[in-house]
Amino acid sequence: MKNPAAKLFFAVIGLFMMLPVIVIAGVALNAKKTLVFPPQGLSADWYLSVVTDPAWRSALLNSLMVAAAASAISVAIALPLSWFLWRRVAPWARAVQMIGFAPFILPPVITALGALSFWATTGFYGQPWTVIISHGIFFVSLPLVTITLGFATIDRDILEAGMTMGADDKTLLKTVIFPLIRPYVISGFAFAFVLSLNEYIVAYMTVGFTLETIPIKVFNALRYGYTPTMAAVSVVFILLAVLVFGLVARFGDLPKLMGAWSRGEGT
Amino acid sequence: MRRNPPQKPADYLPIAFPAAMLALFFVVPFGIMVAISVFKRVQGGFYEPAFTLDNYARFLTPFFGEVLMFSLALAAIVSVVCLLIGVPFTYLLTRIGRRYQVLWLITLLAVLSLSEVIIGFAWSTLLSRTAGLSNFLVFLSIMDKPEAWTPGFGAVMTGLVYQAFPYTVLVLYPAFSRLDPSLMEAARTLGSSPLRAFWNVVLPIMRKTLLATFIIVFIFALGAYLLPQILGRPQHWTLSVLVTDQAIYQSNMPFAAAMAVFLVLSSLFLVGLSILVSEKKGIGTP
Amino acid sequence: MSGLQLVDITKRYGAVTAVDGISLEIEDGAFVCLLGPSGCGKTTLLRMIAGLEDPSAGDISLQGARINDMPAHKRNLGMVFQSLALFPHLTIGENIAYPLKIRGNSRADCEARVRDLLDMVQLPGIENRSTAQLSGGQRQRVAIARALAVSPQLFLLDEPLSALDAKLREAMQVELRQLQQRLGITTIVVTHDQREAMSMSDKIVVMSNGKVEQMAAPIEAYKKPASPFVADFLGQANLIRVQKAESGAALSGGRVPGLSLGPRNEALISIRPEDVVIKGGGEGPLPADVVFIREMGATVEVHLDAGADRIIALAPPKRDGGLKVGARVSIDLPADACVVFDSREAV
Repeated sequence: MKNPAAKLFFAVIGLFMMLPVIVIAGVALNAKKTLVFPPQGLSADWYLSVVTDPAWRSALLNSLMVAAAASAISVAIALPLSWFLWRRVAPWARAVQMIGFAPFILPPVITALGALSFWATTGFYGQPWTVIISHGIFFVSLPLVTITLGFATIDRDILEAGMTMGADDKTLLKTVIFPLIRPYVISGFAFAFVLSLNEYIVAYMTVGFTLETIPIKVFNALRYGYTPTMAAVSVVFILLAVLVFGLVARFGDLPKLMGAWSRGEGT
Repeated sequence: MRRNPPQKPADYLPIAFPAAMLALFFVVPFGIMVAISVFKRVQGGFYEPAFTLDNYARFLTPFFGEVLMFSLALAAIVSVVCLLIGVPFTYLLTRIGRRYQVLWLITLLAVLSLSEVIIGFAWSTLLSRTAGLSNFLVFLSIMDKPEAWTPGFGAVMTGLVYQAFPYTVLVLYPAFSRLDPSLMEAARTLGSSPLRAFWNVVLPIMRKTLLATFIIVFIFALGAYLLPQILGRPQHWTLSVLVTDQAIYQSNMPFAAAMAVFLVLSSLFLVGLSILVSEKKGIGTP
Repeated sequence: MSGLQLVDITKRYGAVTAVDGISLEIEDGAFVCLLGPSGCGKTTLLRMIAGLEDPSAGDISLQGARINDMPAHKRNLGMVFQSLALFPHLTIGENIAYPLKIRGNSRADCEARVRDLLDMVQLPGIENRSTAQLSGGQRQRVAIARALAVSPQLFLLDEPLSALDAKLREAMQVELRQLQQRLGITTIVVTHDQREAMSMSDKIVVMSNGKVEQMAAPIEAYKKPASPFVADFLGQANLIRVQKAESGAALSGGRVPGLSLGPRNEALISIRPEDVVIKGGGEGPLPADVVFIREMGATVEVHLDAGADRIIALAPPKRDGGLKVGARVSIDLPADACVVFDSREAV
């Protein structure tokens, strides 16, 4: 980009995106238990307290476990579904796909309230595992998008080539199809993982009073008393998201995952 | 391998688990919520089976009308602002080198994935008197003394735009990155300045994408449930906030469910509209 | 100074030099083809002339005025893109009127001009159709009409016919050439198709690796290629390594009497297959074995091994009873049909 006006525009947007991160990263460096910026005195204690403070540590572990299990469920639902949609002619199966997308398109409050009604009616309300299932459903759309995209990139001719060499459906799945869509499965898992880590409302309405995840704990801290640890943990979460998306970009084609043509294609 | 319809019962196996999971944990909960919306509330925070439209009747109160109008107006303004910034931004983004695009995409995804809690907390800090931007302006001698800019309408708007902007860009990104660059070049060789060509070539080709994106971002903004609480005053609460508030703090599940059903219907209406708009496009996004 | 002048034009992308110090002069009214394999820099050169890319170094002048810093939209060009780049949101008429409207022509003027242009490209009356309703050849003509709407100073075409099937492409080549001759407009076409370049243009510019190998009239470049690359790229050529010998040149399996290598002891010669003469009988300065015969309809292609060299000859079919694979013949490489290059010049 040569145009100085465009450069300035990008710089302003970049600043707008980064500003909150800079400020909370700074706030978390305060020596005393205050939320002021620029920080007064420097201390890494609040960053350390994310892992040393038992309450924050357990919230962090809860979040990581819920996210890992929930995104595994999302992938377990999305993978066979997108395979079926790709392999079979079955227009009614589109309806199942639409239901998979629905929680992500509709306002999140709806999924949350639905989950609350369901778990309360079935008598499991408050059980720690309920949030894992509800998150798994809530984030199905992410692996569904990436894996569907992955299947679309498979040239059906190479499967016919495999068949002429004697491979049956199962062998093809194992030796050709899965290796080709693995990157898309991994990115789908990664997207669901990061979003589950950060999800508040569904977690709150399912296990809000029994299991503290990081977003719930940050919200409670916001209501009932600030502590710089919440700033530190927010920074940790942002870095985690950057790390995960950075890895996806490193090992995959991020622009293509986001819907651009792949390199050299299309133009 | 050609696609073919499933023939043996075993062919249905792959879709059985996904369909069962989605049915049990999304369709059934949804049905229960719809049922609760016509139940009767009893004192003590519970409800009992009944068929009453009282919960829906409460929509007709001026209070509810005000919240609804505010929610819709807020979502519309946020969507317009995001498009005004996001359209030129996305256009330029898809014209820079692939490596810089990747860096921007990582940034946008990271911001998009941030919890509303964290975004709310960050902006409430950023707009606060003790730790906020105003301190910086005082430092630059632009202001006399630091001021608190939160809670307030401006703070709610800022937070919502911050949250919805990455979403807007990512929704626009596929269409813009697939736009044939030679169309713009053709416009330039035919005598249009770049700005004029953006106006009379890019935007008209993209008009359906833009309309669809407006609706999608509108729904996204309608879903914000925490930012209006954290950054605003009670008069800035939206329908989503009200649903949470009724369900958790007022323990009025039937009314919360009725509002949620209403929210679903209006969202579905808008989604249908956006699909209708984008199905007819055929140009701009191949 | 009239016409288009390029002086020492260079374009670098990071470490890659796409166009490497090219200087050219193109006279007013000329039809010039930039020809070369993909990646040779021909499209980049055309885009710099159009103002769509900035040269890293060098000057571009039009009618004596330097236009390096003039943006594309002020250069008064007509350009046809490989993708044609018809605006999908406009009708055919609106597409053609686009440059006219930009320049502030009245509605009536635009309509009249669009009618004339559509008549010119033999598509009268299709103003109100959409671009999706046209065939490939029709879209091609509309793109040409749009590019010529404002009577541009330069008419630029980037691989304009590559999307068309072979027959239509040939017809469009003729049409394009006739149109250009009628309008007398300076035209530059980028193509990788040497037949297309040779059949249309006044001059061809053969490019390779960002440099100009030769600029000449097509027949001249064909008969007197400036380098082994040009010889090989334009049609078929036998490239044979030879040594200086008594009264001529020697190759591995015989001699070419009367061919002067000048001061060189070693050289590379190029001779077109149609210039190779096959004589019956194994006696002569250059005996050879027939190893392969290909009937091409109007001609016969004969592959011959003469010593270590493979030589291809084109002959009229069955002039002397038909050759057979395995036959021993004698071939003649007429000295005046050979072009001599330094032996270190690679292909």
